[in-house]
Amino acid sequence: MELLMLLGLPLLGSLLLALIGRREWAPEANVLMSAGTFAAGVWLTAHVIAHGPMLVWHEQFFIDPFNVFLVILTSFIGLTTSLFSRPYLRTEEQHGRLNRGQLRLYHSMFQLFIFTMLLALTTNNMGILWVSMEAATLTTVLLVSLYRTPASIEAAWKYFILCGVGLAQALFGTILLYFAAEKVLGNAGSTALLWTHLNEVKGQLEPTVLSLAFVFMLVGYGTKVGLAPLHNWLPDAHAEGPTPVSAVLSGLLLNVALYAVVRCKVLVEGSVRSDLAGNLMMGFGLLSLVLAAFLLWRQKDIKRLFAYSSIEHMGIATFAFGMGGPVANFAALLHMTVHSLTKSSLFFTVGHATQKAGTQVMDKIRGLITSNPTVGWGLMLGTLAILGMPPFGVFTSEFLILITAMREHPWATPILLLGLGVAFGAIFSRVQAMVFGEPSLPRLPHPPALVPVFAQLALVLMLGLYIPPHLAAWYREAARLIG
Amino acid sequence: MPTLAFSSQLINLCAALLLLLSFAMLSQRRVLTLVDLFAMQGGTLFVSIIVVAWSTGQPHLYYSAALTLILKVILLPLILHRLIRRLGAQWESETLLNTPITMLAGLLLVIFAFTLAQPISQLANTVARGTLGIALAVVMLAFLMMITRRKAVTQVIGFLAMENGLFFAATSATYGMPMVVELGVALDVLVSMVILGIFFFHIREQFDSLDLHNMESLKED
Repeated sequence: MELLMLLGLPLLGSLLLALIGRREWAPEANVLMSAGTFAAGVWLTAHVIAHGPMLVWHEQFFIDPFNVFLVILTSFIGLTTSLFSRPYLRTEEQHGRLNRGQLRLYHSMFQLFIFTMLLALTTNNMGILWVSMEAATLTTVLLVSLYRTPASIEAAWKYFILCGVGLAQALFGTILLYFAAEKVLGNAGSTALLWTHLNEVKGQLEPTVLSLAFVFMLVGYGTKVGLAPLHNWLPDAHAEGPTPVSAVLSGLLLNVALYAVVRCKVLVEGSVRSDLAGNLMMGFGLLSLVLAAFLLWRQKDIKRLFAYSSIEHMGIATFAFGMGGPVANFAALLHMTVHSLTKSSLFFTVGHATQKAGTQVMDKIRGLITSNPTVGWGLMLGTLAILGMPPFGVFTSEFLILITAMREHPWATPILLLGLGVAFGAIFSRVQAMVFGEPSLPRLPHPPALVPVFAQLALVLMLGLYIPPHLAAWYREAARLIG
Repeated sequence: MPTLAFSSQLINLCAALLLLLSFAMLSQRRVLTLVDLFAMQGGTLFVSIIVVAWSTGQPHLYYSAALTLILKVILLPLILHRLIRRLGAQWESETLLNTPITMLAGLLLVIFAFTLAQPISQLANTVARGTLGIALAVVMLAFLMMITRRKAVTQVIGFLAMENGLFFAATSATYGMPMVVELGVALDVLVSMVILGIFFFHIREQFDSLDLHNMESLKED
C-alpha cells in the first residue's frame, strides 16, 4: 500500500502535469505531488523500521534497509528540488528562456524521472532495474535539452549516446547474470532475475560468468555513476540543463546508479570469492577522484565545476564500497547521503546566483555576499561542507573512509589525500572570489527559495555532529547487508 | 518439431547472417540502405528466435519473436524511413573513414568477442550455444559503427543494431529474458526512437545539418 502510493503518486503526477502543465499553478501542483511522494516514502520507511524488510507483489518489489534510506533521500530531494524550481523556473520564464510548453514538459518529466528512480530502487528484478535506469536516461535527456540551445542539444545528444551505449553493456551483463542464474534456479516462473533469489544462491552461481557479467555491469552502470573514464557526458549535461535538473542528476541519479553497481557487487562477491569486484571498484573510484580533482582547475563554468566535484565524490563513494567491510560501507552510505544533500543545495544556490548574474562563467560572478547575503552564505557554507570541512557530515564520511583505507589499503591513502587536497584548492579559490569581491548584480524578480538550501545544509551539519542512533543502526544494518 | 541438430544448424546460419549484415552496415554509406540492412538484421533475428522457440517448445519465445517482428522489422524501420524522408536526407551518404582499416578493426573485434565468450559458451546447454560469441560481436560491431560515423541518423541505427545483438544474446544463451523485462526493454527502445526522432529536428534546426561535426563546442579546453 505504501509502495503503491510511493510509485503511483509520481506516475500520476507526471500524467496530471502533462495535462495541466500550462496552468499558472503547475509548479505548486508539482510541489504537492512531490510532498505526497515524500510522505509515502516516510510511511514506507516507518513500515520497514517497524516490521523489517518487505517483499511484495509476487516478490517483484523488495525493500530492505539499504534501499529504503535511498528511497527516503530520493523523495526528500525530489521535494526540495520542486520547492526550488518554483521560483527558479518562473524567473526563467520571465527572462524569456522558457515558455509554457517547455515548463509543462519540465514538470511532467520531473515527476516521471522521480518515478523511474523510485522504481529502480524498489524493484527486486535486475531486469526491471535496467529498464528503469534506461527510462531515467530518456526522461533526463528531455530535461537536459529543455532550453533547446545548440549547446544543450549537443549535451543531451552526448548524454543519450554515451549512456545508451553504457547501459547496453549493462544489459549484456544482466543477460549473463540471468544465464548463470538460470542454471541454478531454472527459468520457470521467471524468478531467476529476482535479487532476493539470486542472493540466496549466490554461492552456487558460476564464477567465470559472474565476473564477466560484473565487468559489463560496472562499465554500464558506472557510465551513469560518472566514473572516469566514462564521465564525459556528466559535466555537459549538468552545465547545459536547467539547474533543478543538475541538482537531481547529481543528488539522485548518480546515487541510484551506484546503488545498482553495489547490488551487483553483492552477488558477484558471493560467487567469485576473490576481490575482483572490490578491486575494480576501488580502481575506478580512485581514478575518478584524481582525474576530477585535476580537471576542476580548468573549469570556468560554475555548474561544470560542481559537476566535476560530483564525479570526485562518486569516486570516493565507489572506492569505499570497493573496500567493503562494515566501516567502509557505513562511510560510503553516509557519504552518498551527505553528498546528495550538500550537492543539491549547492546547485540551488548556484542556480539563484547564475540567474542574478545572467551567466554561468565564474569570473563574471562577484560579490554575492553583499548583493544577496543569504545566497552568498548558502554558497560559502555549501562549499565548505562539500569540501569536507568539519563539522559537516562530509568530513565524517571522508574521515571514516580515510582511516579505513589507511588500515586496509595503505597505498591508497596518499592518492585519496592528493585528490581531496587538489579539489579543495580548486573549488575554494573560485568560490571565495565569487562570494567576496566587488558586487555588481541586480535583484531577482522572484524571491529565491533558500529554505531547502539551509534545511539541507543543517541536515548535513547534523550528520557531521551527531548521527541519531536510529539512523546509525540503520546504516549499520545496510552496511552489513552489503557485506 | 525438427531435430536439435538441424535447428542448431539453422540458428548458426542465422547467426552467420547477422554477423554478415553487421559488416555490411559497417561499410554502407547510404542512409536509406542502412535502414534496410537494419530491417533485414531484425528479420534474421526474428527467424532465429522462431527456430529456437520451435525446436525447444518454449512458448514465451513466440511472444518475444512477435515483439521483434513488430518492433524491429516493421515499426522502427518505418519510423526511420519516414523521418529520413521528412528530413529530406534520403540521398545523403557520408564519407567513411578508411574502409579497409574499419573492416580490419571489425575483424579484430569479432576475434576478441569470440575469445571473451568462449568459456561461457562451453557452459551453455541451449541449442544455440555457439552463437553467444557472434551476439557479442554484433554488439561490438554496432559500437564500432557508432564511433566511426558522424551522422546523427547512422549513430542511432548503430544504437538499435546494438540492441539487436543484445536480444540475440538473450535468446541464444538463455532462451530469452523474462517477459516483463523484454517488454520493458522494447518499450524503452521504442520511446528512445521517438525521442531521437524529435531530436533530429532539433539538431537540424540548431545546426542546419544532421552532421555531428558541428557538435563539438563542449570540449574541455
